[in-house]
Amino acid sequence: LIGRRYFSQEPKTVTLIPGDGIGPEISASVQQIFAAAEVPIVWESVDVTPVRGPDGKTRIPPEAIDSMGRTKLGLKGPLATPVGKGHMSLNLALRKEFNLYANVRPCKSIDGYKTPYDNVDLVTIRENTEGEYSGIEHVIVEGVVQSIKLITEPASRRVAEFAFEFAKANNRQTVTAVHKANIMRMSDGLFLQCCREEAEKHRDIRFREMYLDTVCLNMVQDPTQFDVLVMPNLYGDILSDLCAGLVGGLGVTPSGNIGADGVAIFESVHGTAPDIAGLDKANPTALLLSAVMMLRHMGLNELANRIESAALTVIKEGQVLTGDLGGKANCSDFTKAICDQLA
Amino acid sequence: HIPARYGGWHTVTLIPGDGIGPELMSHVKEVFRHADAPIDFEEFTLSGERESVEGEGVEDAIVAIKRNGTALKGNIHTDVNRFAVCKSDNVRLRVGLDLFANVIHCKSLPGLKTKHSNIDITIIRENTEGEYSSLEHESANGVVESLKIITAERSERIAKYAFDYATRHNRKKVTAIHKANIMKLGDGLFLESCHSMSKLYPKIEFNDMIVDNCCMQLVSNPNQFDVMVMPNLYGNIISNIGAGLVGGPGIVPGQNIGEEFAVFETATRNTGKTIAGKNVANPTATLLAGCLLLRHLGLNQHAELISAAVMKTVTQNKVHTADLGGSAATSDVVEGVIQEIQAIKQ
Ligand SMILES: Nc1ncnc2c1ncn2[C@@H]1O[C@H](COP(=O)(O)OP(=O)(O)OP(=O)(O)O)[C@@H](O)[C@H]1O
Ligand SMILES: Nc1ncnc2c1ncn2[C@@H]1O[C@H](COP(=O)(O)OP(=O)(O)OP(=O)(O)O)[C@@H](O)[C@H]1O
Ligand SMILES: [Mg+2]
Ligand SMILES: [Mg+2]
Repeated sequence: LIGRRYFSQEPKTVTLIPGDGIGPEISASVQQIFAAAEVPIVWESVDVTPVRGPDGKTRIPPEAIDSMGRTKLGLKGPLATPVGKGHMSLNLALRKEFNLYANVRPCKSIDGYKTPYDNVDLVTIRENTEGEYSGIEHVIVEGVVQSIKLITEPASRRVAEFAFEFAKANNRQTVTAVHKANIMRMSDGLFLQCCREEAEKHRDIRFREMYLDTVCLNMVQDPTQFDVLVMPNLYGDILSDLCAGLVGGLGVTPSGNIGADGVAIFESVHGTAPDIAGLDKANPTALLLSAVMMLRHMGLNELANRIESAALTVIKEGQVLTGDLGGKANCSDFTKAICDQLA
Repeated sequence: HIPARYGGWHTVTLIPGDGIGPELMSHVKEVFRHADAPIDFEEFTLSGERESVEGEGVEDAIVAIKRNGTALKGNIHTDVNRFAVCKSDNVRLRVGLDLFANVIHCKSLPGLKTKHSNIDITIIRENTEGEYSSLEHESANGVVESLKIITAERSERIAKYAFDYATRHNRKKVTAIHKANIMKLGDGLFLESCHSMSKLYPKIEFNDMIVDNCCMQLVSNPNQFDVMVMPNLYGNIISNIGAGLVGGPGIVPGQNIGEEFAVFETATRNTGKTIAGKNVANPTATLLAGCLLLRHLGLNQHAELISAAVMKTVTQNKVHTADLGGSAATSDVVEGVIQEIQAIKQ
């Protein structure tokens, strides 16, 4: 979360989960670019294909958990969610295992990738452990379902505190709490209350509170008015995708999951794209920008800036682009162009 | 030629609400007068600013609307700091009248510059249950549970409404919006209800979309949507996105429809506290809500007259308030509309 100079002294080991589909290709691309930039990182590649435990339940292989436990830092490509009932998604399992309580998604307009919205530069921070995703649901009587949204003070306070610390560490000015406390008065009221209390402790950052609906309304009309936004789980899920849509979608937006005790996993949030897997057609930008986020998290800001600007320059110049960005280049060409930029 | 009166006069409950509500309602009355709309408004004051017991006055408002059948309404402010109070007056009113469908039509207007063009989406939102059930409790210190209730009965009812709407308005497709991958039982039931209902309407295409993806699609490729149907909270989100895409809260009207009663509001149901009393709010959404009311009462000619005048003023004469990037005052728009009404009447 906050820069630690000493990371730059010796190589740091990072767990790499290449993932499924296009995952291995885009992971290789990131490794190549990091090597070109001489990033002091040693990758420890792990496989997270589920294994069946003695109780008959499937789970992440213990080696993967051990690796993450040691390195506390992960970079993860897309994972295919296995079809079938009663199967916990691997994303969820990782989140639970390492108590990754905050999901951070920067959305920044990319020069050279035109959308109807310019100059977007905002970050959504989503509470990642409770809320509507508590998974507690009951059929009360036939045809009547009750789903429980759980909001607790510790989780709300923790994510609110994180939002302010993040804003400070990243030179951001404003934190906006997004809520619906006019309707969900106790639950969202509690979340809002925690944000207000954290705001009191962080007077150097401007604090605003806004209704979810008003944020949606203003977001599609003028997203440039937003900076850092913090919110409960479901609202974060929805708003982070909405904001990604403003700047060009999941193929170009990074994401980070921050946990207790400094554990963090950075990931691309797009799917496995089985239709183009293995064809060297994938765009590695989202995973690369996630890796750049990771560098900032490690305090390696200069390297982060260098790699980010190399990638953005290639996109802006528009000569070597993958298909999804409207170009004809393949993943390796794009990767090479970025490496050349770095040289 | 528009007859001054026909079919007798209608009495309609008018709830000005808070913020910009009262000033906009006075403009509606003025415009209706110039259009010779045979409406008597019975005004009912209901404000969230009051220092008194929760829900006070709401029951009386409900009785009044039940007597008249219809209402035109501004938004009633809900004070988020009074956490002890449990239900917003707006929700009480909608539930009390069983106004189960919130319907808003987001259509790009010619002559209004927005980020996307040619949008024509109707958003149909379940208006009485879901996350708006107001069932919350603190099960332990610092631990709050909020219940979302989804029932087969109400899900089927809104699904049926959506397909009937699509049929009536010659629409091609209905998209159900949900989060059934996470809320497997609750949103699962909603989705299943829409799915079974779709079988009875083979001429209308049916698909579904997860709410987060849907929001991303709305800002990148909104033209893929036709009629959308969804539970309450997603409706709140999507109707604000939809209204934002075609010009904002000052432009789009909305309606709350039940078996027996109907209440007309703006689509985004804002109070506009910050711009109240300054003569800067855009009156378009409220005037168009008035037109929806007139249509609902079968007063189609009056509705046409007013909406034609509003459209001419906003899209051709370009009398634009600040929210549309112009510098016109609320009263400039209203005067423009009245002039157009007079021009059409002659
Ligand atoms: N990084 C990427 N680079 C290029 N194209 C991509 C990328 N990610 C996704 N796509 C494209 O976007 C579309 C959606 O793919 P995505 O994998 O997200 O969904 P999916 O096919 O449902 O897979 P999954 O089941 O893993 O979510 C596909 O056509 C794919 O080619
Ligand atoms: N008729 C209108 N004309 C111009 N702008 C409007 C109009 N109605 C709402 N707005 C604007 O839309 C935005 C949201 O409205 P508002 O401030 O009422 O929402 P809010 O703060 O969420 O509160 P509430 O929902 O209680 O009204 C504000 O910027 C407001 O000025
Ligand atoms: Mg999502
Ligand atoms: Mg509102």
